[in-house]
Amino acid sequence: MSSDNEYSDEDVDNVFDDEDMEMQDEDSDGDDGMEMDDFKVPAKTTRKAYELESDSLTQSAVEELMEQDVEHIRGIFGVDASTAGLLLRHMSWNKERLIEKYMDNANKMLIAAGVVVPESEPQRPSRRPVRKPKSPTKDTTFVCPICFDDAADLTPLALDCGHAACSGCWSAYISSKIRDEAEHACRCMAEGCAIVAPDAFVRDQVDEETYERFEGLLVRHFVSCAPQLKFCPYPACTNTVSCPSAASKTLLTTLVPIVSCGARGIASTSGSMTQSQELVKQVTGKEHKFCFGCTIDTDHRPVVCGVALLWLKKCRDDSETANWIKSNTKECPKCMSTIEKNGGCNHMTCKKCKHEFCWVCMGPWSEHGTAWYSCNRFDEKGGVEARDSQSKSRASLERYLHYYNRWANHEQSAKLALDLFAKTEKKMEEMQITSTLTWIEVQFMKKAVEELDRCRMTLKWTYAMAYYLAKSNQKDLFEDNQRDLERAVEDLAELLESPIEPENIPTLRQKVTDKTVYVQKRNEIVLEDTADGFLEGRWTWNVAVEGFDSPEDAAS
Amino acid sequence: MALKRINKELIDLGRDPPSSCSAGPTGDNMFQWQATIMGPGESPYAGGVFFLSISFPVDYPFKPPKVSFTTKIYHPNINANGSICLDILRDQWSPALTISKVLLSICSMLTDPNPDDPLVPDIAHLYKTDRTRYEATAREWTRKYAM
Repeated sequence: MSSDNEYSDEDVDNVFDDEDMEMQDEDSDGDDGMEMDDFKVPAKTTRKAYELESDSLTQSAVEELMEQDVEHIRGIFGVDASTAGLLLRHMSWNKERLIEKYMDNANKMLIAAGVVVPESEPQRPSRRPVRKPKSPTKDTTFVCPICFDDAADLTPLALDCGHAACSGCWSAYISSKIRDEAEHACRCMAEGCAIVAPDAFVRDQVDEETYERFEGLLVRHFVSCAPQLKFCPYPACTNTVSCPSAASKTLLTTLVPIVSCGARGIASTSGSMTQSQELVKQVTGKEHKFCFGCTIDTDHRPVVCGVALLWLKKCRDDSETANWIKSNTKECPKCMSTIEKNGGCNHMTCKKCKHEFCWVCMGPWSEHGTAWYSCNRFDEKGGVEARDSQSKSRASLERYLHYYNRWANHEQSAKLALDLFAKTEKKMEEMQITSTLTWIEVQFMKKAVEELDRCRMTLKWTYAMAYYLAKSNQKDLFEDNQRDLERAVEDLAELLESPIEPENIPTLRQKVTDKTVYVQKRNEIVLEDTADGFLEGRWTWNVAVEGFDSPEDAAS
Repeated sequence: MALKRINKELIDLGRDPPSSCSAGPTGDNMFQWQATIMGPGESPYAGGVFFLSISFPVDYPFKPPKVSFTTKIYHPNINANGSICLDILRDQWSPALTISKVLLSICSMLTDPNPDDPLVPDIAHLYKTDRTRYEATAREWTRKYAM
C-alpha cells in the first residue's frame, strides 16, 4: 500500500513538469514517451494489456465490404451483382460455403436463394428484375389478385415468376415487410412462390425513407453474419466495430472485449426512450463504449461477460425480493397475511384477522397456556431446521445487499455525472474569469470528472465481481485494490464538489490534477491486475460460470 | 384497400362456397367474422360443427388474419384457448392466400394433425403413441362440445 503511494506521487511530479500535457495529449502519436503515459486518460495510442485492437466502420464502410464480397462472387460465378447479392444473403455471407454449393449445383442454389423460378428457364439466372406481364386475356382488364382492384390505370408488376399484382399492393407489401417485420428478403406475394424481390425492384416500390431502412437492414444482416463485426448498440448510431481478436467466444473467459465505435453522444432524440437509453443520453458527449462479447451496452470491466451477466440477472430477478420477504417476514397461520416482526414479544396478534399465535412455533397462542415467552416447542427438530434455514437465507441476503448497495451507489453516482459535468463546466468558466488561467489550463476539471466517471464504472463492476469471487487470498488482494480505488475516487469526488475561491485556485488545480493522476493509476492497477488474473486463471468463482471450471471441480 | 379485398372475399365465398366450411361477418364490422367448419368425415371430429372467430388486421392482406376456434376441440395443434398453430397464419402467410384457403387448410389439419410441431405436447404424444385413445378422446370432445 505505502509503496503504491510513493509510486504514484512520483508520477504526479512527472506530470507537473509538463505544463503542456493537454496539447501533447491531443496530438499524441504513440511515441511521446513513458512519462506522458500517465495523464493520457483514454490511452488510445499505447494499448494496455486489458485493451483490444478494434476498428470503427461507418455504414458506408460496411456497405463497401459487402460490395467487395458481391464483386468477388460476381467475378467467380459470372452473374450480375443483384444475383450475387441475393446468393450471398441467402448463405449468410459465407462465401466458401456458397462457392462450394454453387459449384455443386448452381441451379439448386439459385432456386433456394429465390433468384430463379424452379423448372422454368433455369439456364438464365441473370434476367431483367422487373417485367410487365402481358394481360392474361386481351379483352379483359387487369384485376389485381391481391386487392381485387380493376381500375383501368392499374400497372401490373411481377418478379421473374410472373405473379402479377398492382403497384399499390407491391408497395404496401414491401413497405410492411421492411418497416413492420424488419425483413430484407421480400418474397413474391403469391402463395408458395419463393422468388425474392431484387434491390432495384424494392427501390422502385418504396419511398426513400423505407429504402434507407432496407439498406440499413442489409448492413445489419451482414454485420450479424460476421463474427468479427458488431453493430454499435447506442441509439441512432449506425457505426460498426470490427474486432477480429474478440471474434472467438472462448476468449471471453480471459478478457473483456470493450470497444468503442468512435462516435460520441446521441444523434437523435426522437421516439420514446427506455430508461437505460435515457441514462445514456444524460451523459451527453459520452463515448460509445460497449462490450463486443455480450449484450451489455456499457463498459463492464474488469469483470468478464459471464459473471457480469450473472450479476445483472440476479439484480433483475425478483428472487432477492422474495429472499428478503423470506428472511424478514412470516405469514399469519390463519389468514396468510405477510407479517414483519419489528420488536416486541413472541405473542403475536394478527392485525388483520386478530388471530393470536406464537412467532416462534407459529402455533395458536391459546395452546401455550401459562408458558409465556418460553415456547416449549422451540427446540423441536423441525423448529431448529426452520430457524437454521431462515438464518442462512438472512446471511445470504445480507451478503448480497452489501455488494448490491455499493454497486447501486456507484451506478447512482454515475447517473449524477451529468450534474457534475454541468457543475464542472460552470466552475471552469468561473476559473477563467477569476484567475489568469486560460481555457486549456482549466481542462483539468473536465479531465477529473471524466476520470471519475470511468473509475466509478470500474468500481461498480468490481462489486459484481467480488460477489461471485470465491473466498481466497486472491480475493483479499482484489478487494484491497478495490478499496484503494474507492478511497481515491471518493477523495477526488469531494475535491470536485468543494467551493472555488480565487485565491485557492492554484492549490485546487494542483490537488485535483494530483488526485486525478492517482485515481487513474489506481484504476489502471485494478483493471490490469484483474485482466492479468483472467489470463493466468487466478480467479475462482463461488458459482458455476460458463467457460470456467465449476466451483466443485476446482475444490476437488 | 383491406375493406375492398374483404368484401371481394365475402362475395367469392357466397358464389363458390368451399365444401364443409362457411364464413361471414358477425355484425356491421366487416373486419370481424365468424366461420364454421364441419368435422371431416374421415376424422374423429366427424359430425361436429366447429365455430371459429376471424379478425382481420387493418393492413390485411399484407398481414395474416387472426383465426381461432371458439368451440372446444381436442387436437395436437389447437390449445385450450382455441389458438391454432398453423404456418400459413404466421410466417408462411402470403397476401395471395384467402380465408377460404385458410379454412380448407384448417380442415385438412383436422384430418391430418401435425404432431411434430405441437401446440399441446400431451395430445401430440398421445397421438403418436396411442392413436386409438387419441381418437376416442377427440370423438368424446366432439360429441360433448360440437354437437
